[in-house]
Parts: sequence; structure tokens; C-alpha cells
Amino acid sequence: MEPDRPNPDSLLAAIQNEVARKKRGRLKVFLGMCPGVGKTFAMLEAAQREIKNGSDLVIGYVETHGRKETDALTAGLPLIARKNLVHRDLALTEMDLDAVLARHPQLALVDELAHTNTPGSRHPKRWQDVNELLDAGIDVFTTLNVQHIESRADTVRQVTGAEIRETVPDSMLDDAELELIDLPPAELVERLQQGKIYLPERTASATQNFFRAANLTALRELSLRLVADHVGAETQAHHRRQNQAVAWKTGHRLMVAVSGSPFSESLIRWTRRMADSLRCPWLAVHIENAHGLEDATQSRLEKNLALARSMGAEVIGTTDENLARGLLRVARQNNVSQLIIGKPAVNNPLAWLWGGRLLRQLARDSGNIDLQVVRAEKSDLVPRTPGWRWRPSTSWKQYGAAAGVLAAMGLLNVLLAQFTGPRVPGFIFLLAVVLLALFLGRGPVLFAGVASALVWNYFFLPPRFTFIINNTEDGILFGLYFVVASVLGQLVARIRTQEQAERQREERATALYQLTREFAAAGTRDEVVWQLIAEVDRVFHAHTAVVLPGENSLAAHPDGSLVLSEKELHVAEWGFLNRQAAGKFTDNLPGAEALHLPLMTERAVVGMLSVKLSDKVLPLVRRDLLETYARQATLVLDRVALRAAGEQNKLIAESERLSNALLNSISHELRTPLAAITSAASALAEVKNADGEFNHAMIAEIQEASARLNRLVGNLLDVTRLDSGHVRPKLDWCDVSDLVQTTIRSLGRELAGREIKVEVAKAMPLARLDFTLMQQVLANLLLNAALHTPAGTRIQLQAWPEKEHLFFAVADNGPGLSPELLPHLFGKFFRAPDAPAGGSGLGLAIVKGFVEAHGGQISAANRPAGGAIFSIRIPQTELPPTEALP
Amino acid sequence: MSSPITEPSQTALVIDDEPQIRRLLRVTLEANGYAVVDATNGKEGIVQAAQCRPDVILLDLGLPDLTGVKVLKRIREWSQVPVVILSVRDREQDKIAALDAGADDYVTKPFASGELLARLRTARRRSQPATIAVFRAADLEIDLSARLVRKHGVEVKLTPTEYALLRQLVVHAGKVITHRQLLTEIWGPGAVEQTHYLRVHIAHLREKLEDSAAPAGLILTEPGVGYRLVGGTD
Repeated sequence: MEPDRPNPDSLLAAIQNEVARKKRGRLKVFLGMCPGVGKTFAMLEAAQREIKNGSDLVIGYVETHGRKETDALTAGLPLIARKNLVHRDLALTEMDLDAVLARHPQLALVDELAHTNTPGSRHPKRWQDVNELLDAGIDVFTTLNVQHIESRADTVRQVTGAEIRETVPDSMLDDAELELIDLPPAELVERLQQGKIYLPERTASATQNFFRAANLTALRELSLRLVADHVGAETQAHHRRQNQAVAWKTGHRLMVAVSGSPFSESLIRWTRRMADSLRCPWLAVHIENAHGLEDATQSRLEKNLALARSMGAEVIGTTDENLARGLLRVARQNNVSQLIIGKPAVNNPLAWLWGGRLLRQLARDSGNIDLQVVRAEKSDLVPRTPGWRWRPSTSWKQYGAAAGVLAAMGLLNVLLAQFTGPRVPGFIFLLAVVLLALFLGRGPVLFAGVASALVWNYFFLPPRFTFIINNTEDGILFGLYFVVASVLGQLVARIRTQEQAERQREERATALYQLTREFAAAGTRDEVVWQLIAEVDRVFHAHTAVVLPGENSLAAHPDGSLVLSEKELHVAEWGFLNRQAAGKFTDNLPGAEALHLPLMTERAVVGMLSVKLSDKVLPLVRRDLLETYARQATLVLDRVALRAAGEQNKLIAESERLSNALLNSISHELRTPLAAITSAASALAEVKNADGEFNHAMIAEIQEASARLNRLVGNLLDVTRLDSGHVRPKLDWCDVSDLVQTTIRSLGRELAGREIKVEVAKAMPLARLDFTLMQQVLANLLLNAALHTPAGTRIQLQAWPEKEHLFFAVADNGPGLSPELLPHLFGKFFRAPDAPAGGSGLGLAIVKGFVEAHGGQISAANRPAGGAIFSIRIPQTELPPTEALP
Repeated sequence: MSSPITEPSQTALVIDDEPQIRRLLRVTLEANGYAVVDATNGKEGIVQAAQCRPDVILLDLGLPDLTGVKVLKRIREWSQVPVVILSVRDREQDKIAALDAGADDYVTKPFASGELLARLRTARRRSQPATIAVFRAADLEIDLSARLVRKHGVEVKLTPTEYALLRQLVVHAGKVITHRQLLTEIWGPGAVEQTHYLRVHIAHLREKLEDSAAPAGLILTEPGVGYRLVGGTD
């Protein structure tokens, strides 16, 4: 092999680097049952091994807690400086995510996966930072205690009584490699007492609380089981790849009903555990009704749904007045096999009654769907809400209004009662209750029904001013009144809420219809963007901007009604690069003022929709609608772009056709006379009895001149084609050794008397090339070598495959290239000052053009041993077909 | 012109719009025992082909009225007369289109008259009823009737596919056969994209038949177009 061939190792490293960038990094978790088992220590030991093997690793964040042995292990590991943040006058340090991303090592060490970042960081949680590192293709080593795993947090709380505030979603561990750092509890306690875990002042309280032997045994069992389950899952995944049918034969599909109740959280965790052990997909469903929720409940609901999403559930939200009917409808649509709902609370009779009704209805109508009623575990994290909840201030106004209207009616009745019997006031009250139901909620209407019944009894039914009723007829009347008022009131109220729901649905449908119609009319990108901004502004009462990729950075479209600050633009950019929603109401940079949604097609993100909403919380329905807007807009933007590309293609094809016609005509004009000359000269040459040497010499001159002229015409035409960008290689499978032989044979006359040494690698696979173009490339290089070296100089032609590339080299032992000419070698009409006559100065320019048309590279250099070498590298992305040939 | 008038008089039809080329061809062909008829455009060419019943046609692709390929297709509707394309176009798409439309050979301008005459002879010979039973080139012998291939008198073992491929080349010896024609003939119309079949099998054939010492050039690669078997002396 020649010494000046590219170093295969560096080439390989470059290729691997490129591949690694595209792939998601691998996560390795050093899992422990509790603090102090030596996770960080084990992680650092592993890191030391990696760095000895030549791994490119950095410490993103490691906390040694001042333990000496651990500190010692960080020696020799490159460290990325932490970022300093100030929160409430406390100076805190966090991992500098951007610095690690910019450094882009193969492997980063990030301690304590469950850590909560200081407010003002990009993500609220460290596991989200790690996720971003993995997405960037960086492998990560991290540490985690079992109690911080979302689905196990409940169990740990029950076992130890400790509150778990920081949790990591189970989905983070799905693709991770787990390494359990196991330590017998007795040893752990010993280590604790030696002060190896906490500083002495904390050791005492720790031993009494968390580090009790019973706790430790339970935690150890929990982590052992988790790791065992995880290994089981990997085996199953393997089986699944081998045989699709095996792993999914259970056919289970779980669905959990989620509400804004504090109990939903543990219900979601329960379902995830169940789905884990059944290895089946699961859904989390929320049925919204028209009543709307209090802010606190709403935000808890959003949190619950986000929790479910982070645990790997598919989240569905829909509206239905009847909870049971809605749940079963979604369940059937999604082929759910088991429906999981919480057991109704026992301490509240009303809720119990209501929950009981839901259960009965579900049990009656669920058909072939199994029903799991799960005990609602008490969640100590959430403040208990009082059993009987009053509506907030708006409701107080409603009660006041009800009381006011009843008082007015009472006065009217007092006047009327002088002329009528005691029954007329009853009907008037009834009328008032029905009218109130048209405007007020259920509670106030019920209140009005009860209150009016009592007032009627007290003031009007004889004996007046007592609650006593002394005749049967009045008794029955009073009872009937009571029932009719409540039922009527409730009915009217329900009709009204249903009507509201209808109206909401209709508004949504109309809004979408409106949007689609506006989009249909929009023909250009600017029009689509403008319509999108106008519609979002109108429907969401928001300020909106659309951020699109510009020349070299993202820029807000000028039509936006929201002016994005530098900071908001950065948030949008982050979302754009990471293909995720970012900003307010999300987990990515939630401190931002606006919500930034990606406009995403299957292929790429085309831009960001930035919306500044005035809402405190964003209900699921509104968020859904906003996302639908974004999706619709993306589709239309994509369509507009495709149409533009299509038109561009048509133009290119047309220009190519014209240019081909032109070239054909020029070629015809120049070559026809050449053909006549060549043909005539060759006919003359064949006449045996022509008179003498002189004529033969003249004819040979004519032949050589016309051949040269013909080559020049060919070269000029090729250069013109290259310049107009119409050289597109027709790639086909080629036998490289055939290519080389055919080239050399075609140059028979020009290379006469030269020794050409051909070296084609033995194990040369078929290559993806344009045979004709590559033949010309090699021919031009050989001719070039022949032209610039003294007669008799040996020319070498080599070809060999290497990884994903095919290499050619044409080398000679001639005088070599003078260094100052090297940069100009491949220029058009460039000729070396001392070049012998015969070249057109186009050969190498064409070589370069054709090689680049193949996506390849060419370089020229002098060989250390003397002579010039031209090296060509052509990428081979497709593997040659390996199937047995028929 | 070395051995003129040994063959019986034959008619060649030249269809070309360039007077100079027509004149030149007339001189060259007549000197080699052909009677020459010429046509200046496609329509006239088709008429002449029907009227004079030429033994061989030389056809230019860039005609003023019809494209050469169209003229060729019209003629092929009723005649199997050998047609040699003579054109300045050297892109393989043009060659493939003409060969697939039924041309017997393709010569690019500028051409040497000796080469042209040789191509004409090959084309004419092939148009006669196929009597080739044994193909010989140097010390290689291919006996189609006995399905036998011998090199230096020793039998060469070929796989059925290799033999089928070789047979196609021998039957059309001297003529370019396009990739498409070979693939369709041997693997069926569904395989026209599978050029790698050809690459591999041709490489095997060459290995078995040609002497590796020198680029023997028995099976010639026509870049981007197809293959041609040369050197037959039957």
C-alpha cells in the first residue's frame, strides 16, 4: 500500500463519529436501594475503566459528598465546570447542560438522576437534562435510588413512611441498562456508623428513621425485583424481535380513568405497574363534562395527565355528560381489555352514592371489558380537600341571586295571598325556581327549591308562620312541590349544561372549519402564516407569532401579533431543534412567557408556533385545539412547500431539455465536418498503393489533429453540461475491474508503449457508479499522467474498497507536481506552464466535476518517493445486493 | 478497399441529412462493392426502404423531420433488414434507445471507414439465417448444438445461467446486446433493473473463458449500454 493513502483509522473514526451523532445515546443507571450503597463510587470506577479504554468522557455533574475514596476516583477525569445559579439568595450549582452539549463527549457522567434543578434552569428536573444529552447522541452514566422511580414511589412511602418528592418516570429506564449496586443491610448500617455516608451529626437521626434494618430489607427486595423485572423485559423484547406473536399474545390493553382527584395519581402508578407486569400498552383517559373544574382541580388534572404521559401512557381526553358512557366509548374504540377506576371514597356519603352509581352503570354496560376497582391510596402529598365543597365566589353570587329572587317573589306572594288561596304562591315559587334554573348552576337551584318550599310552608300554608301542616291535602301538595321543584330545577340545569357543552363543541368545530377554509384559500407560505396567526389570535384571545427558519437562524415572521424577546426566541429555537413543545405549560423551559409548539411534519420541523395566552392553566381541550391548529397549519405549509418544489422541478426539467437540445445541435454542427475529415483520412490511409511516405505522414497528421479536435469538442460539451448542472450520474452496479480494463482498452492508441500497472483489490464488491462517467474520469487521469511524464514512465492505477467508500488512485513516477500549481490543478482551462502540447486544460476540471457528481472527492499530491498521485474517494452508501443470484 | 468486388453486389440505403456525409459514404461504400441509395430525411428514407429493398441501412439519429428512432421503429414494423445507426450522439441513453428499438449496431461519428465497413459486414452476416453452430475464437470453441465449451481443447464447466448468457452473446456475436435485452431474455421482463446479475455472471464467464494473463477482450463491455462478443471466426 502507498504511504500517502488516507489513514484508515482516522477515516473510520470520522465515520463512526458521524454515525454516533445520528443515534440516540445509551443510558446506564447505577441503581441502589438507598443512599450510601456506593453508586457514585461504582459509576466512577466504571468511568475509570472506560477512560483507560480510550473513551472520550467528561464529568457533567458528580457529587462525592466529601467522601474521600470517592473523591480520589474523580482524579484524571475531565470535568465540565458547573453553572452557578442564585435562587432566593442561595448560591447553587447545577450541571452546565449547554457546555456538555457543546463539548459533545461520547460519554457523560451525571450523578443523581432524580435531582430537581434550581428554578430558572432549562428543565425542572435533571432527568430531562439527561434526556436531552441522550437525544444529542451522548451516552450517559447516572445514579438513582429505587425510591425515586415513579412507579415504586408509593410502595417505598408505604414501607418507610418517608415522603418522596423527587421522582423519575419509568419510561426513562425502559431502554436503559441497569446495574444494581447491592449491599447487605448490615454492612450498610456499619458503613453509616463509620460516618462514611453522612457527616456524624446526621448519622444518628438517619439510623433511627430511614436506615432501620426492616426498611433496608424491604428496599433491597424492591430493587432486586425491579432489576429482575427489567432483565425479564429485555428478554421479552428479544423474543418479540424474533417472533412478533409471542410477546403480545396476552393481548391486554389497560385503561385508567383519570380525574382531578388527588387519588388519581396513585391509580395511575398502579396501572403502570400492572401494565409493566402484563407487558401491555395502557391508556389514561379523562372525560370532561360541561361543568368545568375549579382551578386547583384543573391543574391537578393536568398534572395527573402529564404524569401518565411521562409513565408511557397514551393520553386521551374527550367530553361526555355521562362519565360511564364516555369511558366505555373510549374503551371500545381502543380495544381496551381492562378498565381501571378508583374505589369511591367511604367517608363522604354523597360522593359514595354518586360513585356507586358510576360503578353500577359501568358494571352493567361494560360487556366484555373487565373492570378493576382499585382502592384509592391516600396521598399524603396533597392537602385533603373538605368533604363538602362550596363553589367559589361566583357561586356565592349565584346563591345570593337565588335568595334575592325568592325574596322578591315572596313579597309578591304576600300581596297576592290577600286575594287568593295559599296554593297560588306555591305555583309562583315553582315558576321562579324553573326560571332560576335557566341561569344558575345546580347547587343554587337546589337551594332555591328547598328554600322556596320551606318559605311557602312557613308563610303561606295554614297554619301560617309555622312549619306545621295540618291537613292531608296540603301535606301531599307540599311533598309534591318539593319533588317537582327539585326535579324541574335539576332537569333545566342539566339541559342548560348540555347545551353549553354542545355550544363548546360547535365553537370548536366552527373554529376548525373556519381555519380549514381560510387555509384552503391560502396559496403562499406568507398567507398561511398570516391566517394562522389571525385565527389563533381570534379564537384563543392570545398574542401569536410564527417562528420560521431563515438564512442562518430562526426568525419570527413579521405578521406576528406577539413580539418575541431574545429569550423567548431562544426557547422557540430549543423547541425547534429538539422537536418538542417548549415554554409555558410544558416541562421544557417552563419559565418562559409563551407556549411554543413545533410545526412538525413526519420529516422535519418547519417552524414554531409561539402563543402567549392569558390563561393561568391550559385546559386539555384548549391545548388540544391549539395543537390541532398547529397540525393543520403544518400540513398546509408542507403542501405549499411541496407545490413550490414541484414547480421548481418542472422548471429544472424544462431547462435541462432545452440545454440538451442545444448541446446536441452544437455537437452535431461541430462533429459532422469532423466525421467527414476523419472518415476521408482513414479511407485514404487504407489505400495501399498511395504514393510514398510523404502522403502517409500527411494523412497521419490529419488523423491525429482531427482526433484531438474531436476530444476537445467532447470536453467542451462535458464542461458545458457540468456548468449548467445537468450532469446527474446514472448509478448502477458496476464491476470495478471491468471498468478499469474497459478504460485501458479504450485508450489503446493513446497509451501505446506505456506500462500500466493495475491493482484492483481482490475482494472488490460491486460498486454503485455511473460506468461511463467513471470511465472518463479514469481515462482523463491516465491521459494526464501519460502527457506529463516522460515516455516509458510507469503509471499505476489502483482501486480498493474501504468501509463505506471506494477509492481510486492514479500514480506515476514522473517529475511530480510543482506545489504552487496544486491549488489550480482542477480549474478550467488551467495548463501547467511547461506542459507539452496536446492537452486542452479541461480534462482535470471534468474529472473533478464527474467525481463530485458522484458525491466524491478528488485530491492531488506528490508522492514521497517521487511522482504525482491523484486520489479519488467515492461514498458507497448502498451495500451490494447479497441475495443468491438466480 | 483491399479486396473489393469479391462479394455479390448489394444495396445500402444511407439516410442522413448532411450532404457531405452522404457523399463520403457513397464513395466509401461504392468502392467496397455496395450499390448506394440515399435519402435526406426520415419520410423519404422509409419510402426508399420499402421501394429498393436494401440489404443494409445506415441511419442518422438527428433527422430534420422524424427522429431516427421513429424511422427505425416504422421500418421494423415490416422489415428485419439490418440497420446500423450512425450518429454524433455519444450518450448511452441514445445508444440504448436505438438498440432497444431494433438497431443492429451503433457507430458514433467521427468514425474510421475501416471500422464502419467491418460493422456493416457483421450486421449483414447476422441477418442471414442463423447457421452458427460452432463459434471459434483463438483456442476457444463454443459448440451450441452440443452445448459444449472448450478452451485449449479442455471442456469448461459452466452453470446453466452462465451458459444461457454465453449463448445469447454467441447467437448475436459481433453485435451489442443491451442490458435490458440480456436480462429480459435470461431472467424475464421482471428483472430488467437487476443489472448486478449481469455484472457478477459476466465476471464469472470472463474468468472462465478469457486467459487472465492478458485482457483478452472476448466479451467487450459497451459502457452503460451492454456487452458484445468479438473475435468470432466462423
